[in-house]
Amino acid sequence: MDKKLENNKQPGSGRMLVVLVIICLGLMAATLVSDFVADPVRAGAGYVITPFQNGINQIGKFIDKQLSGFRDTKALVEENKTLQKRIEELMEDNNQTILDVQELERLQELYKLDRSYLEYTKIPAEVISRDPGSWYSTFVINRGAADGIQEGMNVLAGGGLVGIVTKTGQNWAEVQSIIHDESSVSAMVVPTQENCIVKGNLQRMDTGLLEFSGLKDDDNLVKEGAAIVTSAISSQYLPGLLIGYVADVQDDPNKLTKSGTLTPAVSFRNIREVLVIRELKQTKENSN
Amino acid sequence: MRKFLLGLILWASFLLQTTVFKNLVFTNVAPNLLLIVTVSSGFMRGRKEGMLIGFFSGLLIDLFYGSFFGYYALLYVLIGFFAGSFWDVFFDKDIKMPLILVGISDLALNLVIYATRFLIRGRFRLDVYMVEIILPEIVFTMLMTLILYRIIYAVNHRFQDRSKEGRHSLWAKE
Repeated sequence: MDKKLENNKQPGSGRMLVVLVIICLGLMAATLVSDFVADPVRAGAGYVITPFQNGINQIGKFIDKQLSGFRDTKALVEENKTLQKRIEELMEDNNQTILDVQELERLQELYKLDRSYLEYTKIPAEVISRDPGSWYSTFVINRGAADGIQEGMNVLAGGGLVGIVTKTGQNWAEVQSIIHDESSVSAMVVPTQENCIVKGNLQRMDTGLLEFSGLKDDDNLVKEGAAIVTSAISSQYLPGLLIGYVADVQDDPNKLTKSGTLTPAVSFRNIREVLVIRELKQTKENSN
Repeated sequence: MRKFLLGLILWASFLLQTTVFKNLVFTNVAPNLLLIVTVSSGFMRGRKEGMLIGFFSGLLIDLFYGSFFGYYALLYVLIGFFAGSFWDVFFDKDIKMPLILVGISDLALNLVIYATRFLIRGRFRLDVYMVEIILPEIVFTMLMTLILYRIIYAVNHRFQDRSKEGRHSLWAKE
């Protein structure tokens, strides 16, 4: 093999390729066993990268603010007109909503929706960078092990589940979002308390929908708009965190279970601030 | 000095790729600046430097993203080697060749990622991924090559070891 790769003008390049490939494969094999190889390097790299990502993020925010001041007045007058119209429409909607809210409160009591997660202690953090490739939906936040963040902690934003911490450095942590193509969450549909699995799918990314599957619903009680929360049997997620609302339901070919799509409660397009829940899910392994 | 500047370019590319481009341009697709640095280095300086730059680019991604430490490092080493194989035809400022190399490398990189991370999990719609992810990324990356290649070229030209002086472009002969 060396002879083929070697060319006269670049002596030694074939051997170097072999060495580097072996190093990479070795690193990959080592991570399969444990994460200790990468940890010290990560700790160091965090100090060279994270502060700057933080800075760029702040500059971006500043520019955003400045730009919003420079919109021309004509557009503002136009906007004012349309907004006035909107107000009238919304006033009417509002009346309807007040009625709906009362109904919702009544129903929530019926569902006995577990709202205890509002009492968990949370750490606020800012999103400072995103996966450099185009395939995955992971991002890095500006709080890490030094702030008490650990792998496996759940991450929320705007009242809904965003994802889970998958890596931590001293001053940063990587979060895998639930729209990530490899993410799957054990969930529960609120009206029937039946379990299902919620998965991210890159193909649905532009519609912003998630997929759920394996739902048992013989009496057709699950309708569009039903809330889906994390289930108590999940090994990674705390129970009762809101994931989203059912967008459509279909029978599976086996006629036993159903699957469909749901609209996540969080708008993933522009997450800036998140909350990390400091509690870890209690499992058999960590309960002793 | 040249090494220091190259390191700086690598570091800045990673920062830009993960922040500005991810937030401003499109939600999911960003130009692959690290790939441009790797391909350009290999093309201008040969396989060895291409592989080394590729190794560090991949490692940077592995450190913060990705689930297999060493996965991206391996892919970028191979890209560096590939680009370095065309060192023989590097003569001058001409941008056609690096553009083509960047395009081919980005296509290959994404196809491998698709095959190893998506296809094996039963995601068969390559056509969808091709149109929505791979092709946009290639177009963006090639566009960014027009700028970034010139910067890397300038750095290399200013601090080069004068070994290739006196050679002329293949294209210039015509």
